[in-house]
Amino acid sequence: MSSSFSKGSARSLGIAIAVVLVLGMIAVPVIGSRALVQDLFSVLTLLVLALNWNMLAGFAGLVSVGQQAFVGIGAYVMFACTILWGLDPLVGVLVGGVAAMLFSIPMAFFAFRLNGAYFAIGTWAVADIARLVASQWTALGGGTGTSLPKGTTKDMFGVPFVKDLLDVSSAAAADAVTYWLALALALAMLTISYVFLRSKMGLGLQAVRDNLEAARSVGINPTRLKALVFTLCAFGTGLTGALIFIQITRVTPQAAFAVIDWTAFVIFIVVIGGIGTLPGPILGALVFYALERLLADYGTVYLIALGLLGIAVMLFARRGLWGLITDRTGFDLLPLGHAPPAPLSETRQPVPERT
Amino acid sequence: MIWLDTLVQGVLLGGLYALFAAGLSLVFGIMRLVNLAHGDLIVLAAYVILGICSATGMNPFIAATLALPVMFVFGWLLQTHLFNRVLGEDILPPLLVTFGLSVVTQNLLLEFFSADSRKLAMGAVEAQSVTLGPFTLGLIPLATLGSAFAVIFALNQLFYRTALGRAFRATSDDRVTVQLMGIYPQKVFAIATGIALMVATLAALYLGARANFDPTIGPARLLYAFEAVIIGGLGSLWGTLAGGLVIGVAQAFGAAINPEWQILAGHLAFVAVLLVRPRGLFPRAND
Amino acid sequence: MSEGEPLLAVEALTAHYGDFQALFGVDLHLDPGGCVAIIGANGAGKTTLMRTIAGILRAGAGRVLLDGAEIQRLAAPEVLRHGVAMVPEGRKLFPSLSVEENLLIGAHERKGDGRWNLETIYDLFPILRERRRNPGTALSGGQQQMVAIGRALMSNPRVLLCDEISLGLAPVVIRDIYAAVPRIRESGTAIVVVEQDIGQALKIADYVYCMMEGRVTLSGRPSDLSREAIHDAYFGVSHDLA
Repeated sequence: MSSSFSKGSARSLGIAIAVVLVLGMIAVPVIGSRALVQDLFSVLTLLVLALNWNMLAGFAGLVSVGQQAFVGIGAYVMFACTILWGLDPLVGVLVGGVAAMLFSIPMAFFAFRLNGAYFAIGTWAVADIARLVASQWTALGGGTGTSLPKGTTKDMFGVPFVKDLLDVSSAAAADAVTYWLALALALAMLTISYVFLRSKMGLGLQAVRDNLEAARSVGINPTRLKALVFTLCAFGTGLTGALIFIQITRVTPQAAFAVIDWTAFVIFIVVIGGIGTLPGPILGALVFYALERLLADYGTVYLIALGLLGIAVMLFARRGLWGLITDRTGFDLLPLGHAPPAPLSETRQPVPERT
Repeated sequence: MIWLDTLVQGVLLGGLYALFAAGLSLVFGIMRLVNLAHGDLIVLAAYVILGICSATGMNPFIAATLALPVMFVFGWLLQTHLFNRVLGEDILPPLLVTFGLSVVTQNLLLEFFSADSRKLAMGAVEAQSVTLGPFTLGLIPLATLGSAFAVIFALNQLFYRTALGRAFRATSDDRVTVQLMGIYPQKVFAIATGIALMVATLAALYLGARANFDPTIGPARLLYAFEAVIIGGLGSLWGTLAGGLVIGVAQAFGAAINPEWQILAGHLAFVAVLLVRPRGLFPRAND
Repeated sequence: MSEGEPLLAVEALTAHYGDFQALFGVDLHLDPGGCVAIIGANGAGKTTLMRTIAGILRAGAGRVLLDGAEIQRLAAPEVLRHGVAMVPEGRKLFPSLSVEENLLIGAHERKGDGRWNLETIYDLFPILRERRRNPGTALSGGQQQMVAIGRALMSNPRVLLCDEISLGLAPVVIRDIYAAVPRIRESGTAIVVVEQDIGQALKIADYVYCMMEGRVTLSGRPSDLSREAIHDAYFGVSHDLA
C-alpha cells in the first residue's frame, strides 16, 4: 500500500524481526522463569499442531476432526518405549511420531473414500477407535492410564548436560530440553511448510484445493499428493503429542485422545488467526494464549468466548486476523504467491441475494 | 437365545440412535450442512424439557410437547441468522460455525446447570415392561423405537406427499433454479432446521427418559448419529433408520462380549459398512 | 418500436461477472402479448440478459421495468411474483422430482387460478401426461424442454423468458416445441426467446434484437431486416469492410 515502504525492505525488516524473536525465544530457559518456559512450551506445541492442521485443511482441503488420534498414538507409543521397553523418552518421541504416521496410512485408506463432510466425521470416528483400543492396553493402565516413573526425565538425553550448564534442577533442565525441542519443531514446521508450499508440489497442492479438475489436467495426482500431506502431518502431530506428554508425565485415553484439546482448540487457533496462511496459526496461537491467561479462571466462560470468537471470524472476517492485517496494510510477511481461500462472494457468480 | 435377546436390545438402542440421526439426516440431505452442534442441541432440548417439568411439575411427555414449538423457533432463528450466512460451496465455514456453536452451547449449559447428571422422571412407565414371547421389553425403549419409526415415516410423508416436501427436494437438487419457482432457499432451510430441532426434542425426551444426561454428552451422541446417517446414505431417511439400527445392534453385541467394547463395536461396524459401500446402504441415485 | 406502453422495458442495463462486464447498456421492449427474439453468437450476453431480468444475476446500472414498475433490484422469487417466469438454459429440471412434481413446483407461489394448470399443460404437451410419473430427468431432451416450459407457465406469468429452448434438439423436436409458442401467446403471456437459430427466430418473433459482446448491435421487425445486416450484426463485420 504505502509507496515509501518497498516490498523488499518490508521483507528484510520482517526477517530481522524474526531472527531477533527466535534468538530471544532460544534464550528463554536461561533468562526466564520456569513457569514462562512451561507456558511457552504449550503455546509452541499448540502452534505445531495448528500448523499441521492448517496444512491439511487450509492447503490440502482435508478437514480432519481426528488429529487427536495422532497425538494420542504418539503419546502412548512414547510411554510404551519408555516404560515397557526402557528406551530414552526422546527416542520414544521419534518412535511415537513414526507410529502415528504408520497409523495414518490405513486411516487415509479409509477416510479418503469419504468426501468433504464425510471425511471429517470419518476421521473423528477412527480417532475414537484409536482411543478405545488404547484403553484396552492393560500394560499401560487400560482405561485409567499410567504415569512415567519418577525421575524418568532426569536421565533423559541432554538433561544432565543442561542441568550442569545452567546450574538448575533436573526438572527445570527437562523443561528446558522439551521447550527447545518444541521450539525446534515449530521452526522446522514453519520452514518446511514455507518451502513446501512454494515448491512445485506445494503449488500443486493449492491447485488441487482451488480446482480439482484443473489440477488433474496438468498432471497432478490429487489423491496421492493429499495422502502424502496427510501422512506427513500425522508424523508431525504424533511427534508433538509425544513431546507434550513427556511434559505432562501422565497419560490416559481421555486426555491423550481428547477431541477438544488436540483438535477443537487447534481448529480455533487456525481459524481465528487466518486459515490458509502461515502467519495465521502463529497469530492464532498468541490470541489463544492471551485469552487463556485472561479467562483461565472462568473455565466455561473462556470456552464460550473462544467459540463465539470462532463464529464471529467465520461470519465477519473469513480470512482471520491475518487476513484483516494484510487487507489493511497490504503487507505479507511470508508471501506464498497464491490467494488464501476467498470469501464466497468473490469465487461464486454474482448471485441470488438481492433482497 | 441370549444372542437373540442381544439382537432385540440392540434394535431398541438403534431406535434411539435413529432418533438422534433423523434431524441430522434431514438437514444434511436438504442443504448439505454438517451440523456439529446437533448433539449439543439435543442435550439443550433435554434441559428445556427438564426446565418445563421442574417449573410446572408436568409429566415430561407433556413438557416435550410444549418444547416442540420452542425448539422449532430456535432452529428457525439459528438457520436464518447464523447458518444461512455461511452456507456455500466451501464446507469449512459451516463446519466451523456449527463447531463453535457446539462449544458455546455445551459450556452455556455447564454454566447454568452445572456438570451434575440429570434424568427426566417419567413416573410409573419407567419401570414397566411388556413380555413378548421369550423377551421382556422395557416400555420406554419400545416407545423410543416406535417413535423412531413414526418420525421417519412422518418425515417421508412430508418429503414425498406435500408441497413443502417438494420444495425441500427441489432446493436440495438446485438452489439457484428453485428461486425461479418463487422459492427462497434460505426460508426452506430455516423451516428444515426448525423441523430438525423438533425431532431433536423427541430424541431428547427419550435420551433423558432412558438414562442420565449432563451437558457434556452431546458430541459422543453426535458421532453415533452421524455414523447412522452416513451408513444409511445421504438423503435417505429410511436409510438413516437402518443405519441407527446397525450401530445399535453392533454396540449391543460388542457390549455382550465385553462391556468395554460397546462403543468400539459400533465404530467398527461403521468402518466396515463404509469399506464395502462408500456411499452408504441406500444412496440416492442422483448424487 | 410501437404505440402504447411496453409490458417489459429494459433500459441501459449493465451486468458484471466479478470484474468482467457482460452487458453494456442494453435496451429492449416487449409489448403485452408480444414476442421478441434475441439472437447472437455464443458469449454475446443473451443468457446474461435473461438471468439479469429474472433476478438470478445482480443488475449493475440501468433499469428493468414491468408495467412501469422497477424490478431490477428484486430477488428472483420476487421477480416471479411480479409475473416474469424463466425457462433456464439447459432446462434445469429437478432430478428428485417426477414430471408432474416438476410442473407443480412451478406453481409453488401461485395464488388463485389462471389459464395454465396441469390439465392445460398436458393439453399443450400431451406426451407429458403419459410420462407424468417418470423422474423429470428420465425423459428425452425435447420432452424435458416441454417440462421446463410447462413448469414456467404454471405460475401464469405475464412474461415468459425462454433461454435457448432449441439447443441440442433435433429439427423435428424443435418444430414441436415452437408449435406451442402461438398457443402460449394466445393465453396472453408475452414471450422473450433467446435463439441461436436465426431462421427460427425470424419466423416466430414480432421484433428481433441481435446482440454481440454485451451490446444490441441491430434490432427491427423481421421483415425489415436483411440477411446481410443480420449476418454483419451477428459476426461483427462492418458494412464498410464487407
